[in-house]
Order: sequence, then C-alpha cells, then structure tokens
Amino acid sequence: MSLGTFKGGAHPYEGKALSENCAIKALSFDGEYVFPLSQHIGAPAKPCVQVGDTVLAGQVIAEAGGFISANVLSSVSGTVKAIEPRMQVSGFPVMSVVVDSDGRFEPVEGSGQKRDIDSLSKDEIRDLVKASGIVGLGGAGFPTSVKLMPKNDDAIDYFIANGSECEPYLTSDYRLMLECGEKVVGGIKVCLRLFPHAQGIIAIEDNKPEAIKHMKELVKNESRIKVMELKTKYPEGGERQLINAVTGRYINSSMLPADAGCIVHNLATLIAVYEAVAEGKPLTEKVITVTGDAVAAPGNFRVRLGSSYKQILEACGGLKRDAKKFICGGPMMGQALYELDCPVTKPSSALCAFIHDDVAENPTTACIRCGRCVAACPEHLVPPMMVKAANADDMDGFEKLGGMECMECGTCSYVCPARRPLTQTFKYARKKVAALRKIRAAEEKQRKEHEEAAKKEAEKKAEDMKKNETGKEAASWR
Amino acid sequence: MALNEDKKLYHVSSSPHVRSNVTTRKIMTDVAIAMLPATALGIYRFGLHALLTVVLTVAAAVISEYLYEYLMKRPITISDGSAVVTGMILALNMPPQIPYWIPMLGSVFAIVVVKQLYGGIGQNFMNPALAARCFLLISFSKAMTDFSASFPAGADAVSGATPLAVLKAGGEASLSDLFFGNIPGTIGEISVLMLLIGAAYLLIRGVISIRIPAVYILTVAVFMGLFGGRGFDLYYIACEVCAGGLIFGAFFMATDYVTTPITPLGQIIFAVAIGLLTGVFRVFGASAEGVSYAIIIGNIIAPLIERATVPTPFGKGRYAEITKKLMNENKGGGR
Repeated sequence: MSLGTFKGGAHPYEGKALSENCAIKALSFDGEYVFPLSQHIGAPAKPCVQVGDTVLAGQVIAEAGGFISANVLSSVSGTVKAIEPRMQVSGFPVMSVVVDSDGRFEPVEGSGQKRDIDSLSKDEIRDLVKASGIVGLGGAGFPTSVKLMPKNDDAIDYFIANGSECEPYLTSDYRLMLECGEKVVGGIKVCLRLFPHAQGIIAIEDNKPEAIKHMKELVKNESRIKVMELKTKYPEGGERQLINAVTGRYINSSMLPADAGCIVHNLATLIAVYEAVAEGKPLTEKVITVTGDAVAAPGNFRVRLGSSYKQILEACGGLKRDAKKFICGGPMMGQALYELDCPVTKPSSALCAFIHDDVAENPTTACIRCGRCVAACPEHLVPPMMVKAANADDMDGFEKLGGMECMECGTCSYVCPARRPLTQTFKYARKKVAALRKIRAAEEKQRKEHEEAAKKEAEKKAEDMKKNETGKEAASWR
Repeated sequence: MALNEDKKLYHVSSSPHVRSNVTTRKIMTDVAIAMLPATALGIYRFGLHALLTVVLTVAAAVISEYLYEYLMKRPITISDGSAVVTGMILALNMPPQIPYWIPMLGSVFAIVVVKQLYGGIGQNFMNPALAARCFLLISFSKAMTDFSASFPAGADAVSGATPLAVLKAGGEASLSDLFFGNIPGTIGEISVLMLLIGAAYLLIRGVISIRIPAVYILTVAVFMGLFGGRGFDLYYIACEVCAGGLIFGAFFMATDYVTTPITPLGQIIFAVAIGLLTGVFRVFGASAEGVSYAIIIGNIIAPLIERATVPTPFGKGRYAEITKKLMNENKGGGR
C-alpha cells in the first residue's frame, strides 16, 4: 500500500527518541492555578465566579462568550484568589481566573457519571462536549463543539483522527495512542454517531509503527473505522495537508474542512470528547511532552490545566544544561517563551528546552534563489516573490501571489539556506492584509450608509419641493 | 502583574525555531566539489598550465570580490564560496594554453561588472562566469578558440578543429573519446564521464534537480535530430549531446540558482528555450558552439518566464475542480 502524503514539505530532525518511550506520568501541584479566559480561537469566556468563591474541580468558572468560544473550567478545588491579567505563553498578559488549590481536587457534582454512548441523542452529545469546554488540543484551540456542528451532518464523508504528530520532538499523541488507544476509538465512535455517512480514519505517520500496530489491532472489529499510514513529513498533520493525504481532496483558506466533506480532530481532543461524553469527565487535564537537549529527564506528563510550566519543569527534574531557548509547543510552530511562569492551557502540547538557539546562531544572508522554499511550500506558494511584495508594502501583490493561503507552517524558513525570515515576514503581512480588509470593509459600510442617508435626504427634498409646488399651485388657484 | 523585572529572560523568536543544516556555503562547496573530477582530468591532460589557470582564475575572482566589497564598505561575502564557484566555472571554460591574464581579467569582469554592480550574490541577472566567458570570446577570439595545444598525442593536430566543429563540417566524432576526454577542448569540458560524476554528486546531495538538465539535453537532442541534417541517427545525436559544452552547461550553468526561474513550470520552459537556442546556434550559427550564448539569453528572459508561471496555490483553481470531482464520485457510489 502506498502511503498517503501531499506535495512539498520538509524533514526536520525528529528528536522524538528523547521521550517516545517514556510512559505518561501524572504530576500534581499545590498552590496557584491560572485559567486564562482566552485559551481558544474566538471570543474570550466570561467569568461566572467572583473573588473569594469556592470552586470544585471541573466546575465552569467562565462561560463561553459567543458562538465561537468555549467554557473555561477549574481543574482544582479551592478558592478564587483573583481575576486579573496574567502572563501567557504568547508573551502578553491575558485576563485570567486564579484559583488557590486546597489540595483535595474535589470533583464537581455529577462528574464520573457513566453514559451509554449509543443511547445518547446528537444534541446530548454536542451539549456535553460544549459544557466540558473542549477545544482543539493539537495547538489551534478551535472550539470542538463548533467543529462538530457542520451545516449538514449527512454531507460528511470522512471523520479523521489526526495522529500524525508531525511536529518534531513531540510524543504526547504517540503515548496517548499506545496507552489510551481505546479512548481514541471511543471518541471516534461518539463522533461518528453525529455523522451517519462518515468513514472514521485514524491517520498516523509511518515513523510510529508501534502506534500503527496497536491502533490497527483496536479497530479490527470496527466496520466504520480504519487506520491509515502516512509518509513521515512535515507538515503532514496540517489540516489541509492531512485531508489531501487521506482523501485526495483540497481545501483552501476560505473553506472549512466540512466544505470538502471532512472533519479533522486531533486525537487528544477525541480522548477528551470520549471522557466528557461517556465517562462524565470534563476537560481538566492535558498530556504534554517535556523535552529538548537541555532537559535532564525528558518525558510525557499528565498535568492539570492551569499548572505553571516552571513547576512542571522543576517537578520532572529540571535542566541538565543551561538552556538558551524555551518553546511552548514544537520547534516548527511553537511559541518561544521569555519566562517560564506561564500556565498550561488547552492547546499547549509541549515544553521544549534547547541548548542552542538556531535562529540567533544563523544570521540572515542574501537570497540565492535556490528555490528550496518553492519546492517545499505545502501550499504551493512562491515565498521569494511574496517576501518582495511584503517588503515593498505591496499588499495587493502579496494577496495576488496567494499570501493569504499561507498557513505559517514554517517550512520555507526551515529549508532556507540563507536563513531568511520568510514565515516571519508572511505572519506580519497576513496580519496587515487582514487589518486592511477590516478597514476597507468598515469604510465601505460607512460609504454605503452615507450614500443611503444622502439618497434619503435627496428624496425628502424632492418630496418637499413637490409639496411646496402643489401648495403654491393650490394657493395660486385660490 | 506576574512579571518580575529582575527575572532572567530567555531568547524569543517567531517560529520556526529550528533551521535545516543546508547553508549557502555548503551548497557552493558542493558545487565546487562536483567540478573537481573534471578539473582533475583537465590538469592531468593539460599539465601545470591548466592547474595554474584554475588557481589564478579562482584567486582573481575571490580577491576582486574582497577588494570591491572592502572599497565599497560592504559586508565581505567571500566566505560564502560563490566567488570560488564562479572562478572555477570560468577556468574550466578556458582553452588549455590560454595566457593567464585573460581568464583573470574575465574573473574581475564576472565579479565586479556582472555580480557586484548589480548588488552582489543573488542579484545578478546573468550567470557571471558565462557572461565573462562571452566577454572574453568576443574580445580575445583568437586566444579563446585556439585549441591546438590541447590535442591528444597522436591525433591529427593539423585541422585544429574540436569534435563539434568536425561534426558541423560533416565529419565523424568518437563517442568513447568524448566520454573519456580524449579530445581537444577547454580544460573542464573534455570528458563527459567526469562531468556526469560531478552531476550525480549534485543530484544526490539535492543541490540541483534533474528538471532543467534533462529537459535541456532532450530538447537539444530532438532539435539536432530534426535539423542536424542527419536525421535521428542515434550515434550522431549522442555525439552532439556529448560534444562541446552541453553537458557542462546543462548541469553546472543552466542550473545556476540566481539566473534561472524558481517556479517548476518556469524551469521547464526555460530549459526548452535554451535547448532551442543552442540548437539554432549550432545548426545555423557561424560557430559550432552555442551553449554559452543560449544560457545567457535564457538568463535574460528568466524573470519574465518566472512571472508568468506562478503555480496555483493549494486548494485553488484546478485543485478545487479535483475536489469537486472526488466529492461527486463519493456521492454516487459511497453512500
């Protein structure tokens, strides 16, 4: 069988050997837990507790602030200490609920309630997912309940569990497949109840043969679920590339996967769905990989949301050498941290600590037009042309070259022998185009309103004049 | 606020935070290594003069780059190795008894006029070594086309013609001589075997793709078959492909990053264009050879080709059609 894949991509150093054989260990801490109100794509949640309130583990402490938003739950029992801005991995302070743990982790009433997934209605499943505050745990943080609500349930042909874990160094999804594979299958079964025509597919890169074997064994009696092997290549697990590798279909930036009859979920998300729906366990924990050449004992750890990275790193043995760089997430798309006292949020997947800072140690030189970025771009774009347009502030040109199709995967910057900041330039340019679009839309709206008002004014004047004239005529008649 | 001012702060950067280990310098080193087999054979065949020609040409290229950048107060870039490659390509294009000052002057022209005046590495619109060779060919035609000293022992040195000229005059060439370098010619282009060893190294190392060389050589072969006057005589066509600078040009000059299109379709169009030009120059031109001029003209039209061949982004245009088709198929059978 040929392996599913896409055109382009790169092969960064995998680094997974550091932690792939380390079984998941649970870490627990006393003290303060921080729950940012915005740890998902969409509107921030609205706090529904007050300073001084007592909360339980699994209790909703902030409610979804809109359709595309998600509940925020406390992962511990204790007292609300503060509601204030706290530092995030993004490098900015974000409004957060701070809970002082009482160390007992007392669960909220009703948790642990087992349910038979086959007897639940579609609405019940969606409500449970929504109430549990589940968002995409792979890194994007898109609210899962929204993803599970396409326009037409019957039009979904493929339900894809993303187990490719193409980001270097990360091994948490791999460990989850080996240790909680049946929950992944359970999560898919729950979701397949929503989409009667969908085929469930667990997509795994071929650098994880153990996981492939294990998952194949688990689904051998499932008629609607199968395992698909993918070529190991970055970014195989990008949503658009994954859909292409599995189904041959293509989606672009203005389409949702559902428009191509597909729904993609990270497999950690599916485990959360299964636990929330079948086991009555809301999303309060997360498995993250702590790894990198500076870490004393790399491994995979189950931690409560809201724990601080600093605590986690200390608890798992700290550093063996001075680290130059800390990254939340993987080295290709993760966020560099300038301090470690930031909370674990739902989309967090790893903490990497590296002795070397590849970026600082590789100064930019002139582009030699080698075309490696063109060959590697999974979106089939031409980065050198886009950079020229962006640097010349030619945003129309940037858009024409497909700039808004860029998904900022970092492949072009990775392969560039001149170490040019390609992805970085595109991030900036894409933000600028988005802002310009907003401004233009607002101006257009204003212009239309203005026009309409002027039109009404003119109509009114014409009417008045008519009235006056008829009035005059009437007067002259008299 | 949780931010303490006295805390140690770590490096930050925008993702990605890792870089591949390929650098401009490594690429240039690979290109230089790939030219070593051909250089070695040239030196073996033509002796000390050829060795000194290579050394002096490379030295002139590197020194002129250093001096220009030093005088212009610009960052010194000689360590990226591109000047070495330029010098080597130029030297390998020289007849074996060339007076040393000619290729050295060519190096200065290549680096200062063609490369640095246009902004340095990555900015030149012509391959510097090729432009310099054309400059020297026009300026010093006699010395540049004098191959009398390069004849293998026992060969007929009186006619003074290279295999390509012999072919053009209606004569025959020996494919095995072309392959193993038993012919008169420039220092680096006499042995197809040595050039192919270097080309294989570049392909294996991923420095070049086979796209441009393959399409270029194929186009020349077809053109010579059609217009060479001897029909599709395979031996004749193979000789045409192996003679002159075609193999050297196809793998080492037409693959120059800076002066060829970066789009995949653009590279194919570029290769066809220079293939046709080479054929036209060889069949209808005054001289037997046309590779250098063909590639130079190709370099000039490369930006235009590139602009016209921007690929369709993922999921747009024809990809949307494929998606639609696949979804309709699924609707018919899958449900």
